[in-house]
Amino acid sequence: MTAPAHHHAPAPHAYVSPIPVRAAHLGDALASEWTKIRSVRSTVWTLGVMILLMLALGLGVAAIAATSEAEMGEESALAFGFFGMLPASICVITLGVLTIASEYGTGMIRTTLTACPSRARVLTAKAIVFFLLVFSVTTVLATLVAVAQVALVDTAATPTTAEWLRATVGAGGYLALLGLLSLAVGTLIRHSAGAITVMIGLLLMPLVAALFMFNQTLQSLQKFLFTYAIPSQMISLYSEKPPFGDSGPAGWEPLLIMAAVAAAALGGAYALLNSRDV
Amino acid sequence: MIEAVGLTKRYGAKTAVYNLSFQVRPGVVTGFLGPNGSGKSTTMRMILGLDRPTAGHVTIGGHPFRQLPNAPRQVGALLDAKAVHGGRSARSHLLSLAQLAGIPAQRVDEVLGVVGLQDVAKRRSKGFSLGMGQRLGIAAALLGDPQVLLFDEPVNGLDPEGILWVRNLMKKLAAEGRTVFVSSHLMSEMALTADHLIVIGRGQLLADMPVKDFISANSADFARVRIPGTEPAQREKLTSVLVEAGGQVLPEPDGALRVTGLQLPRISDLAHGADVRLWELSPHQASLEEAYMRLTQGAVDYRSTDDRLAHLQPPLQPGQPGYGMPPQPQVQEVPQQGWYAPPPPGQNPYGAAPQAPAPGPNPYAGGPQAPAPGPYAPPPAPQPSAPQPNSLQPSDTPKDAR
Repeated sequence: MTAPAHHHAPAPHAYVSPIPVRAAHLGDALASEWTKIRSVRSTVWTLGVMILLMLALGLGVAAIAATSEAEMGEESALAFGFFGMLPASICVITLGVLTIASEYGTGMIRTTLTACPSRARVLTAKAIVFFLLVFSVTTVLATLVAVAQVALVDTAATPTTAEWLRATVGAGGYLALLGLLSLAVGTLIRHSAGAITVMIGLLLMPLVAALFMFNQTLQSLQKFLFTYAIPSQMISLYSEKPPFGDSGPAGWEPLLIMAAVAAAALGGAYALLNSRDV
Repeated sequence: MIEAVGLTKRYGAKTAVYNLSFQVRPGVVTGFLGPNGSGKSTTMRMILGLDRPTAGHVTIGGHPFRQLPNAPRQVGALLDAKAVHGGRSARSHLLSLAQLAGIPAQRVDEVLGVVGLQDVAKRRSKGFSLGMGQRLGIAAALLGDPQVLLFDEPVNGLDPEGILWVRNLMKKLAAEGRTVFVSSHLMSEMALTADHLIVIGRGQLLADMPVKDFISANSADFARVRIPGTEPAQREKLTSVLVEAGGQVLPEPDGALRVTGLQLPRISDLAHGADVRLWELSPHQASLEEAYMRLTQGAVDYRSTDDRLAHLQPPLQPGQPGYGMPPQPQVQEVPQQGWYAPPPPGQNPYGAAPQAPAPGPNPYAGGPQAPAPGPYAPPPAPQPSAPQPNSLQPSDTPKDAR
């Protein structure tokens, strides 16, 4: 201990640290979570794979469309962004779950909550840092891909400003919100593999299940699943009017739906984190 | 100052900690002892607000941990050396904790120096040995330069140099006026480090007293008497004489006798009167380890059995002591209870329901808030010889393998 002992406190046996004491706040927690997220290789790996997938698939699909010279009609080339978004969402899910579940897996959560007894502050800091990281990375990537797609495919319609916004900021926001949902599920389940499995199931199972609903009585459920499954919502994000039938989300609505789901899950995560033993 | 009042924790049907009340005072190292599974770690987690007590409460400096202002600057803890993300470097790990607590970043390099990890600060903690992990955990506990420190098994996996370092560190921290609470299942280590002991078994308080009192209250001094092995009749004779005179006699496997309740000169006189030759008559004092084992022997949850490999042994052929035959079991003379001098009759604290405290000064009385002392009445500890001043020295008693 480099700190000398000071005995100027009233009690005969009280140690007073020479390091100035100040109350920690959310800003400290944000700095801490940023240190945590950038100092592990899993972050670099999952984000790296995501960048590769989005670039390779987005540009690849655009290149194929450009050479095939198929007539795009009213559609703009931005819709090709979906092909990169789907695999990217798997990386975002993994990273979101790992952000908290790895702390449970290693026992680090006990150390963290000893250093900061306010559990809500820890979760808030994690959510903010993770959201901003994923949002900025995916928005930049989606923008790059969108610009390249529009440049490559000259047979498609020229996108409007709203379409540009949805294909860049909208796509980034949707993936970041999906990541927040994963973070919340990771907090609830506290186990990396379990939470990732749940999230990938949530991502893919509705579509797969709907494929096998041949029964007439299940038709309305099948239609609902086809319309509201996460990949369908991603397609809707690129479309002005509902792409599946007459009703269903379109434009910015998928983003609002995902925001509501993520908020509900995070609310549950706050409540359980506060009440559970760690 | 840590103060627990009626602390109870149940996990389903299992009660991990029951009605635990104690105080940990500043300025001394307080050892927290108990067998594996006795509730030490659960208690530590409740102190740190990680687990919610089923009943009772525990405060640090008058506040529950989660309501403490600037908790990380007041309390530092090492709970589990492996509780770090293995992919993160030692420095990044400590930096994230320092940032979380609002501690200046240069403090990270200070504590890395204190625990001697400055050369491996950039290495990922996955490759750390158990000892290096312990040092990293101690560094995290020291980050906030707190006045209350909790260490759960801090010497696990440390080399002798590291153990000595931890021992001196604990003493130094306590001497600076801090509250130091160290759990361990190694009595011998606590004997050298702690000034005060809190002993629990099966989640209940067994003892809360200074180390010195603990030894004199729990260790039974005894005399070892050895007579020529060729004369079993003499042995029987001496045993009956000693028992008649009020002593308790316990045979040891090598033929010697353990005698309690009689002074050495009296044993000698009795032997002389019975015309029995003695080859040895020596005083022995139980070590702290023995005192602890005797206290907790009824509260051990995980006890090993012999690995007899019985199902692999070939069927015994009469008159054919063949290959692989197990050695003939030695005649077991010592009661299975263990090597430690048996508690005086009627005092087995685990046999009976809670009863009124025994008359006389009760060395188990805890702090002022302590509840009724419970079933752990102190043994009257018949001392055949005068208590020796240096009671921390381990005796030369052969340690039993159990």
